[in-house]
Amino acid sequence: MSYTPDEMMTIAAARLLWPGCVCFVGIGVPSAAANLARLTHAPELELIYESGTIGARPEVLPLSIGDGELAETATVVVSLPEIFAYWLQAGRIDVGFLGAAQIDRHGNLNTTVIGDYAQPRTRLPGAGGAPEIASHARQVFVVLKHSPRSFVERLDFCTSAGFLDGGPARAALGVAGRGPQAVITDLGVLRPDPATGELVLVARYEEASLTAIRAATGWPLRIAERVELVPPPTAAELRVLRVLDERTRRAHAAARSGVLARCGANP
Amino acid sequence: MSARFGTLGEIVAAHVRDGQSLALEGFTHLIPFAAAHEILRQGRRDLHLIRMTPDLVYDQMIGLGCARALTFSWGGNPGVGSLHRLRDAVERGWPRPLELHEHSHAGMAAAYAAGAARLPFGVLRGYAGTDLPKVNAEIRHVVCPYSGERLATVPALRPDVTVLHAQRADCRGNVRIDGIVGAQKEAALAARTLLVTVEHVVERLEPALNAIVLPHWVVTAIAVVPGGAYPSYAQGCYARDNAFYRRWDEIARERERFAGWMARHVLGCRDHGEFLRTLEAA
Repeated sequence: MSYTPDEMMTIAAARLLWPGCVCFVGIGVPSAAANLARLTHAPELELIYESGTIGARPEVLPLSIGDGELAETATVVVSLPEIFAYWLQAGRIDVGFLGAAQIDRHGNLNTTVIGDYAQPRTRLPGAGGAPEIASHARQVFVVLKHSPRSFVERLDFCTSAGFLDGGPARAALGVAGRGPQAVITDLGVLRPDPATGELVLVARYEEASLTAIRAATGWPLRIAERVELVPPPTAAELRVLRVLDERTRRAHAAARSGVLARCGANP
Repeated sequence: MSARFGTLGEIVAAHVRDGQSLALEGFTHLIPFAAAHEILRQGRRDLHLIRMTPDLVYDQMIGLGCARALTFSWGGNPGVGSLHRLRDAVERGWPRPLELHEHSHAGMAAAYAAGAARLPFGVLRGYAGTDLPKVNAEIRHVVCPYSGERLATVPALRPDVTVLHAQRADCRGNVRIDGIVGAQKEAALAARTLLVTVEHVVERLEPALNAIVLPHWVVTAIAVVPGGAYPSYAQGCYARDNAFYRRWDEIARERERFAGWMARHVLGCRDHGEFLRTLEAA
């Protein structure tokens, strides 16, 4: 069964989650991967979205972080001050799942600006929950596509701390979380060197050559002595992911007719 | 009904002034679009807009040039991409430059909570290792007097006016919110003036021990505006129009098309009911 690099990335990320894991997810690939895990090998996964929905079990992937689908299927819905203070800051999250526009060799992330902050070439959405997820989740998984534009020698802005300059720098911050422990891309998987915090390529997908991965990385990439081959998607993984995507696509494209009727507004 | 009820036009005219700081809260859910549109129709200027997620609602207000400053923590079109009008203001100063006060969600939630409690600042384990304190001088640190730990602080947010949309109120003006509650309660109690739009008014609110009820005596004024959160949503009343959020990406991408859309659907409409009808016809 053929598959795309994006599907492989989502499936590889999903495989890293385990039953019972408490997972703080963002929208996009993290949400798709976490729900795929929930619908395959980890039905007991505890999904927390930053909108305050704890234990969400959405039937279709939410377009926004606060779709009604999340509230309707959650165990409990709490306020934003509560989700960030009592749940995230208190250290109750096993895995924080983040995306980024830029990442550097020590797993620091930029979601704020490309170019200078005061005169940005591209203004990105900004921090959201990411800086504190990066600090307080026991570990962080980062998902993003591999390219020289996103894997950069130097970030334009550090929104969320990984291992900062490497070595003891993160420990000096005094944060409880262990930081980025896996970076899942559309070419392979990187993990930090335990001593230096530098990202090392530890696994690749069948179609991705080491040459291609090096070329897609904006710094001289360290390669593990033995690079694992990530097993390709199983038929079951692909089927569940595609059904989920299709269900989501239909739900989000639902005709916007009947605005008045739905709102109960009188013409 | 109590005297604090009015039409949306009346309560905005009575309570929203040029130059004020204004928080239209609602985290994806219950975003007070109708109130924002009315503020635009009445031509308010030089506003300092406050909102964790500016969303389409502030993209519209910023794009029409009514804001001088923005306090926020995540400025995208959720699941879709950029807020093009916000980007145009930040990247090119169009239609006017926008002063940014940028936070993380955790920081801004703490700032609202401090405002609600009338404390001078909120405190959190936050912003560790990030560049945000370098670009936002309001993010500072204190040393814990008990442990010696260095903690981040953010000044309390005290909006001149907070505006919320809620599912219902009772005749006395007690307000009930169900579903995702965001930082609405904190933003409401942090404000000097609290305006609320509601889907409908009921004789009595059913007892609900844990849903958010804002007692009538903290609410400055209420207007009944069915569909007032559209294109966001009101749990139990109508769903988020995700297709519209996708469509906004094209509408707001170019200045001219955006201006034309706002003229036709917002500025050129008498009220929110007419706004909804123009979308129905579009």
